[in-house]
Amino acid sequence: MFSRDTWQEIFLTIRKNKLRTVLSGFTVSLGILIFVGLVGMTNGLQNTFEFFFSQDATNVIYIFPGRTSVPYKGYKSLRQIEFENDDLTDIKEDFSMFVEYISPRIFRSALVKYKEESNNYTTIGVDWGQQFAEKTIMMKGRYINQEDVKNRTKNVVIGRLVEQDLFGTMNSMGKFIDVGGSVFKVVGVFQDDGGDNEERQLYMAYTTRQLIEKNTDKIGQIVIGFKEELGYTGAMVFQRSLEKYLKDKKFISPDDENGFFVRNVADQLKQNQDFAGVLAIIAALVAFGTIIAGIIGISNIMVYVVKERTKEIGIRKAIGATPRSVISVILLESIFITTISGFLGMIIGMALLSTLGDKLMDDYFILNPGIGTGLAISATLVLILFGSLAGYIPAKRAARIKPIEALNDE
Amino acid sequence: MIEIKDLHKSYKMGSNSLHVLKGINFSVEAGELVAIMGSSGSGKSTLLNIIGMLDEADEGEYDLDGIPIKNLNETKAANYRNKFLGFIFQSFNLINYKTALENVALPLYYQKMPRKQRQEKAMKYLEQVGLKEWSHHLPSELSGGQKQRVAIARAMVAEPKVLLADELTGALDSTTSYEVMELIQKINDQGNTILVVTHETDIAQMCKRIVYLRDGVIIKDEKVKQVRAKAHV
Repeated sequence: MFSRDTWQEIFLTIRKNKLRTVLSGFTVSLGILIFVGLVGMTNGLQNTFEFFFSQDATNVIYIFPGRTSVPYKGYKSLRQIEFENDDLTDIKEDFSMFVEYISPRIFRSALVKYKEESNNYTTIGVDWGQQFAEKTIMMKGRYINQEDVKNRTKNVVIGRLVEQDLFGTMNSMGKFIDVGGSVFKVVGVFQDDGGDNEERQLYMAYTTRQLIEKNTDKIGQIVIGFKEELGYTGAMVFQRSLEKYLKDKKFISPDDENGFFVRNVADQLKQNQDFAGVLAIIAALVAFGTIIAGIIGISNIMVYVVKERTKEIGIRKAIGATPRSVISVILLESIFITTISGFLGMIIGMALLSTLGDKLMDDYFILNPGIGTGLAISATLVLILFGSLAGYIPAKRAARIKPIEALNDE
Repeated sequence: MIEIKDLHKSYKMGSNSLHVLKGINFSVEAGELVAIMGSSGSGKSTLLNIIGMLDEADEGEYDLDGIPIKNLNETKAANYRNKFLGFIFQSFNLINYKTALENVALPLYYQKMPRKQRQEKAMKYLEQVGLKEWSHHLPSELSGGQKQRVAIARAMVAEPKVLLADELTGALDSTTSYEVMELIQKINDQGNTILVVTHETDIAQMCKRIVYLRDGVIIKDEKVKQVRAKAHV
């Protein structure tokens, strides 16, 4: 069955019937190509989700102040809620089993000057924990620490691009800059994967910011890093009891959703993962459909091929071809064509995906699309298997028909 | 060489059955050139198909060179056809994407003969039918007569016991027909047994014996004085 002669016969048939070969090969290549492309793009989309969430810590809850919408306990509605220093210490104490770190965020825009250079930047008053929430990476020096907060030092940590803007190629470490009228010493330079905006920010101790603003104790937003071992359910429990606790403390009605707002990164991550999961299922269904369509395509072509060759089969049988040899030649030809073109389609698809990289990131949110080699090969093998099966059935029928009937077939 | 006793064959056509061969008794010696004559529907093609193991009889006996041909499975029938019989068809039935040489060599491929030997032998037979120079041409590049001669070479190449020709001149003009018949006579002169089915009297007259078939029975079986085709060419 696998003799050199058989293969020579098959190659000859393939060479002499180029249209037929190209037609069936093209169907298989296209099927695999679409499959690989589709799965690759879905993977790219999931990569993007992961990329977005990898920039900041996922075990973080943000609390933003708002305005009440219902009157409660003698307070009017539309009351502006503000957080203060003792809110930080109270949460830290009462939720000590959940909280890993806690930090305020006081956003202020300020004109920053160094010698001739000046520019407007966002400054953020923080505690040391903020570094972990934002996943800030220190390039030089250090982040704001507990000493800075305790002593209200005039130290500042600047973003990579702030240094570039103000100092050019010079080193900013230890230099003094003017931030909104006060002089600060640069103690660190950071970078952040979050993008250019985040690298055009400055961090200072929140207590220093409060001192500048007439020694107030307002703290803007609250960032709480909770212990990672809480998991998703733990985080949700923590969020609910924290909400209840704060509503109670700030005299906000239990039904009032506008007193403050909570952003739970763990919850958002879960939702996005669920969304990506559904997307993956849909893509898998479509990809599966593509494979089915490919199988149907190759089956149709095989039926046509065998039909076209009925007379030839009759001639071969009349001069002594056994049913086995008829089947094996047709089958090997179909396996050969599907294998070559299947793997060709697979390789083209994978090569195309690998050239894309992050080119589709900005417009289509597809990052590093790709497909597991194992999955691609399995899909190709499935198509080859069914392509052969699709060839086998008409080949067997052709081998069984009486030569005299096949000869009369025009 | 061929021994046929009380052969019956009928075809089912829906609820009716059409009795095509109604008890044929017939034998052929080695080296004979026999024409089977009859109008269409007389059963001559059915008889040839049964002799050629392309079809099977319902009843009766058929021995080919002492071998009983009965209840053959597909594979065995294919092997017998390959070794014992050579076919020549009205519509030539060459494989259109293979060259003349490849067409002639095909029966030897099914005998699993090595490629080189196969081609040498095929070339020898192509030379015998006078088409050595055309060996690498496709059937589409050959004339009707040339195609039929390639088919004859293909039928001869496996050195079969019997050559079966079904209306072999049916698609050819009379001059070409006589040329082909001349080749058939030459092959017969070398001692080969040949059966020719035809409805043309002049072709039948070029054989050594004529069997007349009508409505599934042999009505006449006579030896004739052979007309040499060469005289007409």
